Amino acid sequence: MSSNETAPTNYLNADYGVRSWLFTVDHKRIAILYLIAVTFFFALGGLMAVLIRLELATPAGDLVQADVYNRLFTMHGVLMIFFFLIPAIPGVLGNFLIPIMIGAKDMAFPKVNLASWYVYMAGGLFAAWSMLHGGVDTGWTFYTPFSTAFSNTYVISTAIGGFLAGFSSILTGLNFIVTVHRMRAPGLTWFRLPLFVWSLYATAIVQILATPVLAITLVLLIAERAFRIGIFDPALGGDPVLFQHLFWFYSHPAVYIMILPAFGVISELVSAFARKRIFGYRVVAAASVSIAVLGFLVWGHHMFVSSQSPYAGVIFSLLSMLVAVPSAVKVFNWTATLYEGSVSWETPMLYALGFIGLFTIGGLTGVMLATMGIDIHVHDTYFVVAHFHYVMVGAVLMAYLGGLHFWWPKITGRMYPIFWSKISALLVFVGFNLTFFPQFLLGYLGMPRRYHAYPDEFQVLNVLSSAGATVLGVGYLIPLVYFFWSMRYGKRAGDNPWDAFGLEWETTSPPPTFNFPATPKVTLEAYDYTGRAEARLARTQPVRSSP
Amino acid sequence: MSTAEPDARTQPVASKLRPWGLAHHFESLSQQQDASYFGMWIFLVQEIMFFGGLFTAYIVYRTANPTAFALGSDSLDLTLGAVNTAVLIGSSLTMALAVWAAQTGRRRTIVVFIILTILLGGVFLGIKTVEYGHKWHEHHVPGPSFHWDGPEARGVQMFFNLYFAMTGLHALHMVVGMAILAAVAVWAWRGAFTPGNHNLVEGLGLYWHFVDIVWIFLFPLLYLLGRHAG
Ligand SMILES: [Cu+2]
Repeated sequence: MSSNETAPTNYLNADYGVRSWLFTVDHKRIAILYLIAVTFFFALGGLMAVLIRLELATPAGDLVQADVYNRLFTMHGVLMIFFFLIPAIPGVLGNFLIPIMIGAKDMAFPKVNLASWYVYMAGGLFAAWSMLHGGVDTGWTFYTPFSTAFSNTYVISTAIGGFLAGFSSILTGLNFIVTVHRMRAPGLTWFRLPLFVWSLYATAIVQILATPVLAITLVLLIAERAFRIGIFDPALGGDPVLFQHLFWFYSHPAVYIMILPAFGVISELVSAFARKRIFGYRVVAAASVSIAVLGFLVWGHHMFVSSQSPYAGVIFSLLSMLVAVPSAVKVFNWTATLYEGSVSWETPMLYALGFIGLFTIGGLTGVMLATMGIDIHVHDTYFVVAHFHYVMVGAVLMAYLGGLHFWWPKITGRMYPIFWSKISALLVFVGFNLTFFPQFLLGYLGMPRRYHAYPDEFQVLNVLSSAGATVLGVGYLIPLVYFFWSMRYGKRAGDNPWDAFGLEWETTSPPPTFNFPATPKVTLEAYDYTGRAEARLARTQPVRSSP
Repeated sequence: MSTAEPDARTQPVASKLRPWGLAHHFESLSQQQDASYFGMWIFLVQEIMFFGGLFTAYIVYRTANPTAFALGSDSLDLTLGAVNTAVLIGSSLTMALAVWAAQTGRRRTIVVFIILTILLGGVFLGIKTVEYGHKWHEHHVPGPSFHWDGPEARGVQMFFNLYFAMTGLHALHMVVGMAILAAVAVWAWRGAFTPGNHNLVEGLGLYWHFVDIVWIFLFPLLYLLGRHAG
């Protein structure tokens, strides 16, 4: 590997001033814009979670009233799903890495890329405006006819926020698809792509095919609430179940918009810290695409008790269980990659291992919930809450943090303090389990979700959960502090601090504006650690023999 | 992969003359053109899914209220709808001719055909406004003032809900298209497009044909299907 020569100019110091950031078309700078924005919305959504857990520390509704509580969990869901989980990995890591990983100078449509950030921010403004005026109380699912005819809160402005966030997600997906198809460096065939690229490609397919359905659903919802053009309200001849079908046709695949990029991150981390090509590369790549496809056929598992026919329920139940197959393929292949690898316990790897454990629990409880008998029993209880937090927080957030820790030296050129990063990874893992595992028990014992008060017998588990949330909160605060700290004081990371494989590690840290001095030519398979070692040896030999 | 190895860093950046209009991040005009068309096709795929939600709602409610939908359909003005279909197909022809003019480098011809396309789009929207006006006077617009003399009033109202939602969103797509067409006409007049580089005209052409095709589905669904069943 080369010396740590740092390029004199990189994307960060190429230009200065607010204008150079707000009008940038550089995918790496847009990634930073996303990073700032999603961190802000995560903090805001986290604040709601803090209030929720505080309220649930005691059985009585003593901190907030029921209607305030309804707004808290609604805004928590809206912010975390539409403004954090969906844009986080694609917007930050995807934007930064995809062009570099495929050896391109930028996305196919740099201006569209910037526009998607502005559309997202406009959506965020609508959501924030609604919050300042008192929020929404429909739940993030906006079920009709409550949302269109009864709720007295800011449904329309929040729905516009969701619509805009969705449109931004569509533009991001469009950009990824065209970029991966048309901008790959010479020699970089489809099956040489890093699995992160495969995952985001599969994600983009879902973004393109599912998100427009949410968009039209929200448009119809707004039309019904604003102009009484009734499509869903039974009083106007509509069918509220149709709303649920349309909503979940998007919102189940939306889970894959969140989790597929996380899979991609984990594949990169596991391979880099096991120093091995990922086990069954092609199968892992194909699993991403098959999850994307299967994800469109399972939305009915959200509607087992919504007057859907039992026959439809059985079909949806079976199809939902099918998703477990490619998901399990991934988990087994990551585990198999570790086997006989030279595993090192760097911070990103801690997150990756945490991910594998938590995703396994989240996934298996998903299979339980896909079983109609169990679902009817635990429907709308904390069991469901625990399940999707294991998938969305336990898996997606762990992967996002792991990815940030892995690529942070590439993004900023600086290293964060290793000791503190390991402490925080541990705190996140322990705090997360302490927060959400008791919720499985609570749900199984029958505690319903979305209530601000509960019977006394649930208090012990709820206090455990709230205590865990405190640990989790500290675990999130520490990286926030040291990431900021490292930007100025962190020691210079060098081009490839992990000695990892991939085009992004071949360029400087931080990369120059156009990523590479010349378009790279790709000659090796993905994660070909052996091939790379041989190539290095071959390269260094003549140098050594020269006088 | 490993490739832009350290030695690649020292390679000089290829200093070939970049063709006019080639954006910084593309290697060649043909790559730029491929990316541009491909992007438009992907955009149209998401448009199909967007309208798909509405068509699903139409199928669901039409199946539930076949008689009411036939009655509602009967109350629409078939002549105006048919004329509009012809107008829109005509506008697709002029759009296609504008693309042809761009491919063959006829600057003035591009502008003429784009203006014709905008005019035909305007005629379509004008006729649509007349139709909407009729419905307003007949109290067939959904909402508190909706009134229907006859059976199945609720089902008919659902027909009009969908009629206005579908044709309204279609009209909105036309307005957006016409606004972009107007901008493209100005650029074309200033000579922004060459036979080798006219992605915007071609992409916009795809969009315009798509909006046209949506109407080709809307017209029979709303004006024709089940018309004599009521
Ligand atoms: Cu689901």
